[in-house]
Amino acid sequence: MLDSQIEEPILNDETIEEELEPTDLEDAVDEPERIVPAIEFRDIHLSFDDKKILDGISFTVRRGETKVILGRSGGGKSTTIRLILGLLKPDSGQILIDGEDITDYTEIEMMEVRKKIGMVFQEGALFDSLSVYDNVAYRLHEQGVAEAEVEKEVRRMLQFVDLEEAIDKMPAELSGGMRRRVGVARALVGDPQIVLFDEPTAGLDPPTARTICELAIKLRDLEDVSAIFVTHEMNNLKILSTVYATVNEDGAVVFEDEGETICLINTEIIMLKEGQIIFSGKDEELAASKNEYIQTFMRGK
Amino acid sequence: MNSIKKFILELQEITNLIVSAFLGLFKKPFYLMDLIKQMDLIGVGSLPIVLLTGFFTGGVLILQTFPTLAYYGGQGEAGRAVATSLVRELGPVLAALMVSGRIGSAISAELGSMVVSQQIDAMRALGTDPNRKLVAPRIIALILMLPLLTVAADIFGIIGGGIVASGLFNQNYDVYVTSVRNGITVEDIIGGIIKPLFFGLIIGSISCYKGLSTTEGTVGVGRSTTSAVVLSSIVVIIFDFFLSRAIMSVFGTKII
Repeated sequence: MLDSQIEEPILNDETIEEELEPTDLEDAVDEPERIVPAIEFRDIHLSFDDKKILDGISFTVRRGETKVILGRSGGGKSTTIRLILGLLKPDSGQILIDGEDITDYTEIEMMEVRKKIGMVFQEGALFDSLSVYDNVAYRLHEQGVAEAEVEKEVRRMLQFVDLEEAIDKMPAELSGGMRRRVGVARALVGDPQIVLFDEPTAGLDPPTARTICELAIKLRDLEDVSAIFVTHEMNNLKILSTVYATVNEDGAVVFEDEGETICLINTEIIMLKEGQIIFSGKDEELAASKNEYIQTFMRGK
Repeated sequence: MNSIKKFILELQEITNLIVSAFLGLFKKPFYLMDLIKQMDLIGVGSLPIVLLTGFFTGGVLILQTFPTLAYYGGQGEAGRAVATSLVRELGPVLAALMVSGRIGSAISAELGSMVVSQQIDAMRALGTDPNRKLVAPRIIALILMLPLLTVAADIFGIIGGGIVASGLFNQNYDVYVTSVRNGITVEDIIGGIIKPLFFGLIIGSISCYKGLSTTEGTVGVGRSTTSAVVLSSIVVIIFDFFLSRAIMSVFGTKII
């Protein structure tokens, strides 16, 4: 470990044993549940008709970690996160959420699991018939939470995505980026410990896309959320794996680039090709990969 | 073989949908506001077209049957002819067909576009069962509102017949009303209300199923809307025959 060069004590969940210092081990004993991965896939196979979508996928997402899933369209990226929510069932293999095997759960049992998970959909998937307020409040309304409480929480979430002024608008009045941010706010109500992003920046201009990535970084570094970020845009990957969030003296959240220093940014990457994982590791390893497919993907030609 | 398999599969899926929607009724949360909203949309919203349909059907029945009845000297029984055919058959079937056109298409288009824009997935991801939140209120609202609409259509049909009889054929109003009252039996009225209960279930479950099983984007929404209306109309007409036969058996009405 390059201790001297570590600039910030960013969330350090590295569980590789030789790297653990004694204090880390004690922490791990204090919080044994942190050792259990937030999400675990064990040899997942799935095919539609005769087409193989996922062919033996295994990976884990540790607590507080953001996993970026890269791959071409139709490569099984979105399918992976639909499996986590139980919107689809795998043909074989096991899926574990917080160590709990959810593979054979019924729709009713899944409802409980889904309470722990927030999901941001490709186009936002806001309910057209409900206002921004009602969209964000949806989960709380369903749980029968008192209205005063709901309003407080909705305002807090809209503040988090910096969209408080849109509270009374209808989804049709919002721009693409705003819809996506409302989608993020809706997914974060109830402080889920797992958040899934399904191509959240598709079709957005670069500054707006960066805002969405910064929200994901804020969740990773300040809220200790485990996340999966599905994307095919290399820009997002660069931001997620080189920028970190921290709180300055005034208590404001600032985003800093790691620059030349090496930081333990809690983001790992897996790359899917035709339903198989062809790469798994850090961004530096991805850049150094000799695999032709990966190189083509990164350069875009 | 393949189409038979597909038919049985669809039948199974629709049955599953109905069962899960109804089982969900007895668990919290209750979607009462959704039900009331749907009842308003389906019941109050469909009232004008159903009343117009009933009114003019009653009118045209008198228009066509009165001369024939008069030929045999039976014009005094014109009201009976209108009332019997409306209350037993035309009221329930026409109301169901109008509602399946207006509401069946709306339901499957709405649910279909929610599927396409991932709103159904989002709803499930947020911990709500769409069968309970979306399907159950629509089916229940149809089952509750369709009999009421049918009764309204029957009444307006009889009024329409009366206006044509007195206006065009100069029949005494009292003669018409007496003939109507002689024509309808309690069994007719009960049978005429039982039918739309089933029709509501048919229209609701087929439209919801077609909407929720939408695939292939916006083109798919159009396709599922069309098949929802076509299928529910045909099933209503086929079911009407068997229901009529069953109701006859129950009330012991003589066929010959």
